[in-house]
Amino acid sequence: MNLVLYWAASFALLCFVLGMACGTVRLVRGPTAQDRVLALDAIYINGMLVALAFGVRSGTPVYFDVALLIALFGFVGATAMAKFLLRGEVIEP
Amino acid sequence: MSADIPLWAGIPASILLVAGGLLALVGSAGLLRFNNFFCRIHAPTLGHTMGAGCVLVASILVFSALQQRPVVQEILITLLLFISSPVTAMLLMRAAVYRGRRQRGESYPAATPPGASNRQTDL
Repeated sequence: MNLVLYWAASFALLCFVLGMACGTVRLVRGPTAQDRVLALDAIYINGMLVALAFGVRSGTPVYFDVALLIALFGFVGATAMAKFLLRGEVIEP
Repeated sequence: MSADIPLWAGIPASILLVAGGLLALVGSAGLLRFNNFFCRIHAPTLGHTMGAGCVLVASILVFSALQQRPVVQEILITLLLFISSPVTAMLLMRAAVYRGRRQRGESYPAATPPGASNRQTDL
């Protein structure tokens, strides 16, 4: 059973890394700035899923904290950049 | 992995991991292939909701079976994602509408005073 789970997690890892590659191509090519922010959003979600799948694959619960931190800071970064595109300023008086 | 994982947790976790991987991949491929920002913003939400949900449930199953007690801390990430992902999508969408209007040289509503409704009905 462990072997099946190991290979399933490895397959999921491969899918997430391919998704991150798609996001990177969109980040480089994206015609407008909001496309790039959207690509960054997709990349950080995929990175968080990579951390989670790696935790399942190795059986250690340490990677959960990594995933939680990536989710928190990725949300802050993406929201700050979207706010900057919207108003030209992140924190308004 | 050190301990052996029982069958009741291993099989659903494997299926959920494969499904989550495929969903996230489809979402990211949509991000790459659509040709318009307003189409593109729909695609990654598939990976943000279903993909992340599948992987988080698989993680809950595996760690509950490994540690032989219910491990539900992954619900934290699920809650955080389900709150934060629509906020980011809404802000990005409004930014795209605003910048598109400004690029076309159309007038756009100025900053509304607090308390006033700033709903934009027409795209």
